[in-house]
Amino acid sequence: MMPVEKSLQQLVPQISIKNLNFYYGKAIALKNINLEIYKGHVTAFIGPSGCGKSTLLRTINRMYDLYPGQHADGDLIVDGKNILDKGVDTIELRAKVGMVFQKPTPFPMSIYDNIAFGVRMHEKLTRNQMDDRVEWALTKAALWNEVKDKLNAPGTGLSGGQQQRLCIARGVAVKPQVLLLDEPTSALDPISTMRIEELIHELKRDFTIAIVTHNMQQAARVSDYTAYMYLGELVEFGKTDEIFIKPQDKRTEDYITGRMG
Amino acid sequence: MNESHKQGRLGDWLFFNLTRLFAVITLAMLVGVVISLTWSAMPSIKEFGFGFLFSSEWNPPAERFGALVPMYGTVVTSVIALVIALPISFGIALFLTELSPAWLRRPLGIAIELLAGIPSIVYGIWGLLVFAPIFGQYVQPLIGGTLGQLPIIGGLFSGPSLGIGILAAGIILAIMIIPFITSVMRDVFELVPPMLKESCYGLGGTTWEVVWKVVLPYTRVGVIGGVMLGLGRALGETMAVTFVIGNASLLSNFSLFLPGNSITSALANEFAEASPGLYTSALVELGLILFLITFIVLSFSKLLLLSLEKQSGKS
Repeated sequence: MMPVEKSLQQLVPQISIKNLNFYYGKAIALKNINLEIYKGHVTAFIGPSGCGKSTLLRTINRMYDLYPGQHADGDLIVDGKNILDKGVDTIELRAKVGMVFQKPTPFPMSIYDNIAFGVRMHEKLTRNQMDDRVEWALTKAALWNEVKDKLNAPGTGLSGGQQQRLCIARGVAVKPQVLLLDEPTSALDPISTMRIEELIHELKRDFTIAIVTHNMQQAARVSDYTAYMYLGELVEFGKTDEIFIKPQDKRTEDYITGRMG
Repeated sequence: MNESHKQGRLGDWLFFNLTRLFAVITLAMLVGVVISLTWSAMPSIKEFGFGFLFSSEWNPPAERFGALVPMYGTVVTSVIALVIALPISFGIALFLTELSPAWLRRPLGIAIELLAGIPSIVYGIWGLLVFAPIFGQYVQPLIGGTLGQLPIIGGLFSGPSLGIGILAAGIILAIMIIPFITSVMRDVFELVPPMLKESCYGLGGTTWEVVWKVVLPYTRVGVIGGVMLGLGRALGETMAVTFVIGNASLLSNFSLFLPGNSITSALANEFAEASPGLYTSALVELGLILFLITFIVLSFSKLLLLSLEKQSGKS
């Protein structure tokens, strides 16, 4: 039954990237990127350091706007709109496209407020609704059972793995369409890493996920689609199984088999 | 154990004791200052007791002295300075770290640091000759006509527009401490990990939300430190205040327009001509009181920081 269901499932692009170039000042960091990130799937970006995979992720929520001199051109369509256009409301965009970083970054406030903080910026909820939302988000991030008795404790007091799940819960609480994970497990121990990977499997039912990772096994484990990038170019993009079993490009093969990178 | 090893040990021992000596000297000097101040102030302390703190009389010929007027002047000018300087410094630091275009950052930062390097006597002369006349002619009537008409706080802004006075001194002090508070705030704002700020922006936060909810809580210890540095400087500032406060040992009402006196300006004005004995002793006691006020402010800020740290659970 599963294969039938899979084949019937239509691939809807959540994000379409066309002819995207990105510049740090005059230096070009992304060259003519074209790909689609499909709704409800996990897309992994792999490649050696400096290949532009994090840059690509930071383009999708316009994080680069914070830094003068960085700019992008081309088309990056999210929800039917080219978000590289001038008049785009980045606040609205970032509510739709959440992000989790390499290191856990809990805000200097309580666990409850860490979650409620982002929600309050976009929605007016009653106390009860907010309680429900916090519980929902923490449950989604598989953290609820561990913190339900200490919601008023500071978020910085949790362990590294818990903090990272708190950050995922914080991103999830705003109910975005897309979650960008920028090497979310690079600062975590193997057990926390495993929990986050399990979590990614759960989360893709509700969210489209793009994950940057240095760990190829991780990409193979968690993703449906994989993009291999090298020196600012998209070398190969396709189903994760296909990329890992029979890569089309020699450079991808070299990287995956560990002869490079 | 070889020779060089032994020498190294001796060096370590010497270095340890030398640095410890320096640290102990600081402490000894502090204690020495307190003792010598108290010693010299003894005649006045014996004569007036605690009444010294609550008497507004300052009459050298009759040898009747009270510290209320200068204490009031010191505290009120410092509070005015802080009330004005705090939001402005916060705004400047915020602009420099978060909003300013890159090319403006350095020149502005340097300008602010230069402002901190201007000698206080220059502020004093400028305050007396340039600021006070303009302030008295244009600004004070305006404040008197608006804030002065309000109930309750109106009394603070009433009376003649002399230019010089407690309010003018407070404003000059504010200008003087802005660079200090600003540079501390800017430095601690820059310490916030970019990733933490990005996390807040990444949730759809505005710059205001990032600064107010993330940057400030994260840096509050440093910010309070900067504010205390500014307050300490305002409390102890002498020359600039002496020039513009008016040096009148009067306390007829609480209007900030009136000339007043601060502890430091009383000392600067009167110490040279004070006759030995009770007069000098009273002035020294003023100095001791200033020392105590600064000490109390400092202790209070430490307590505040301690309770903040407890609250946030960091240890």
